[in-house]
Amino acid sequence: MGVEQKLGDMGVVTTTLEKAVGWARSNAVWPLLFGLACCAIEMMSTEAPRYDMSRFGMELMRASPRQSDLMIVAGRVSRKMAPVLRNLYDQMPEPKWVIAMGDCASCGGVFNNYAIVQGVDEIVPVDVYIAGCPPRPETLIDGIIKLHEKIKAEPLSKWQ
Amino acid sequence: MSDLINIPDGLVSKTDVFRGEVTLNVTRENVIALLTHLRDEQKFDMLTDETCVDYHPREPRFGILYQLYSVSRNTRVRVKMMLSEHDAVAPSATGLWKNANWMEREVYDLFGIHYEGHPDMRRILLPNDYVGHPLRKEIPVAVEENQFSFNRERVDAGKIYVTE
Amino acid sequence: MQPEPALIIEESPNNLVTAKDAQLDITLDQLKKLVSPRALTGENMLLNMGPQHPSTHGVLRLLLELDGETVINCIPDIGFLHTGIEKTLESKTYTQGIPLLDRTDYLAPLINNLAFCGAIEKLMEVEVPIRAQYIRVILAELTRMNSHLVWLATHALDIGAMSMFLYCMREREMLLDVFECVSGARMMSSYFRPGGLWRDVPSTFEPLVRKVLEVFPGRIAEYEKLLKENPLWKERTVGIGVISAADAINYGMTGPCLRGSGVNYDVRKAMPYSSYDHFEFDVPLGTNGDVYDRYRCRVEEFNQSLRIIKQALDKLPAGPFVTDDRKVAPPPKHEIGYSMESLIHHFKLWTEGFRAPEGEVYFAVESGKGEYGILLSSDGSSRPRRVHIRSASFSSLQTLPQLSKGCLIADIVAVAGSIDIVLGEVDR
Repeated sequence: MGVEQKLGDMGVVTTTLEKAVGWARSNAVWPLLFGLACCAIEMMSTEAPRYDMSRFGMELMRASPRQSDLMIVAGRVSRKMAPVLRNLYDQMPEPKWVIAMGDCASCGGVFNNYAIVQGVDEIVPVDVYIAGCPPRPETLIDGIIKLHEKIKAEPLSKWQ
Repeated sequence: MSDLINIPDGLVSKTDVFRGEVTLNVTRENVIALLTHLRDEQKFDMLTDETCVDYHPREPRFGILYQLYSVSRNTRVRVKMMLSEHDAVAPSATGLWKNANWMEREVYDLFGIHYEGHPDMRRILLPNDYVGHPLRKEIPVAVEENQFSFNRERVDAGKIYVTE
Repeated sequence: MQPEPALIIEESPNNLVTAKDAQLDITLDQLKKLVSPRALTGENMLLNMGPQHPSTHGVLRLLLELDGETVINCIPDIGFLHTGIEKTLESKTYTQGIPLLDRTDYLAPLINNLAFCGAIEKLMEVEVPIRAQYIRVILAELTRMNSHLVWLATHALDIGAMSMFLYCMREREMLLDVFECVSGARMMSSYFRPGGLWRDVPSTFEPLVRKVLEVFPGRIAEYEKLLKENPLWKERTVGIGVISAADAINYGMTGPCLRGSGVNYDVRKAMPYSSYDHFEFDVPLGTNGDVYDRYRCRVEEFNQSLRIIKQALDKLPAGPFVTDDRKVAPPPKHEIGYSMESLIHHFKLWTEGFRAPEGEVYFAVESGKGEYGILLSSDGSSRPRRVHIRSASFSSLQTLPQLSKGCLIADIVAVAGSIDIVLGEVDR
């Protein structure tokens, strides 16, 4: 049993470079170790044994933005935090993606007040929004799989 | 409960008891003397909380509340001082309790009450360049207009900010 | 080659100090008051730690003044998670405010609910049925264990015991299953209501809690085996971050941090609420007030929590789960069908909310981190005039400059972890 049987006699598989790169990128996304509030605790749960994010090649959370290519904005972004968050995003090397995890990061959530940025998309471009307050780990994993699909479909020219 | 707290005459202007909680009303001139008395003589050694309540539109408007706790006597007492809006200056309690430092900075940050004798009077929760004191009653709560059927187009056209 | 200073002190047009490309939120005059003169000449190094740092437990920034590896000054900068919860609460009715409280100390949401509901009940003079009180105790103790588990996971991870993180998070899922079964949400359960509970606990509740009681003692023994006598762990924790009892009281420290210094103050014992006086439990105390003693206190509290849960579950009485005061709690659904009065009560409660009498109350509970108090000021309407959240972390964090003075830079992580801060609670 293995890939040999599936392929039959085929010795060579042809595909486009774009697909190969997209496949490689999508399966080794390194998220930035960056938690803000409640959602960060659910992000930790997703890392932890029961939900085990390493099944998706994502167990390696990097504390440095220079080594990571996915920012999971996990929690509410205050106006004091907003410049810091943008700074971190700018320090990440391309290609890079952003997930807005939870209602607060997506749209401000219940906190429609002076302190909170009404959606992190006011500061950085967001690829995937995940609803929930906080989203369950399953929801986060679903969002991550959506992001993987998006990465696979991205043309190479996007990150020139 | 109130008989446990014997205060020298003239320090407290009025004593309230509400739901079993003792509140000592005090003027600004006497507050540090009262707090010192409570800490040293009455063993209220812990400053649980210090905060401000905005009684707008009542005047004097701001009430500074000190919530004290005595570990040895297992009693709480609250000290309340009223400040008017035009003269929102309070004496600092940082000399008595070290954790008054941040609590007073928070009150300054959110209500704009200035503390005299505070070692490090600057904003604590909001950015240094923030203008205004958001927990005052005249500042509206919401910043973004909620979308309903009657204002759908207007909100779709761009995010509407109430304060900005 | 001359090494490049880590922090270039220069003033930007708006008078704030800049460090390379990042702007510190402080003016030069303010900075001068906080650091020693050697830092301004460049002899001592000024180092910015956070707000995005894996060991600051959220978004805390520390400005460190270092002489070599020794910490001379530590200046915490908070507010990166300031959410304006207190302001938002002023625009919500009392019942609507409960979910917001979950998001202050997000490791112990049900204890926050308990404090807020307790304050409302004190203000309204509402009696909570005994069954609801017991269920509240069980859930509050499970929440305390939840809070301590996350603390142990992250604190051990910071110090270098990676496996603790995996074990603790594994056990935490069991607790989250209980919260999910009662309320439907894993973390933000908002299960308590003024006057009692949202609904009675389902039949799956008791087996799940029994399972926790069965599994946890063995798991806690496992943690003890890994850490208690571990020489590496003791090397990093014993004698680090010492605070005396008098200082801890003066700083308003509460909870395990205060008890680590040997002061016997636990709100559950001192001013029992929600029938905590019906249960037997001990308050673990430390002696030295160092990182290790605070760790010991918290781990001992696991066992005490399990003791309380077991007693409460064994003695759990039958009866109503919410008060029958229709001014506070909604009538049961079936009553609305035939009773006009019930319908009116229901309508009034969900549209306007209930009116609380004018006055101020302070209600404190023992959260995982210490005394969590709600100061509720009512103006007589259905919305509070002001809600102030007295959080334990806010006072505990103020001790960090004193605790970390003179220790090595690596110990900052151990000290900051040991005072168990949650930035959601500090910044609110």
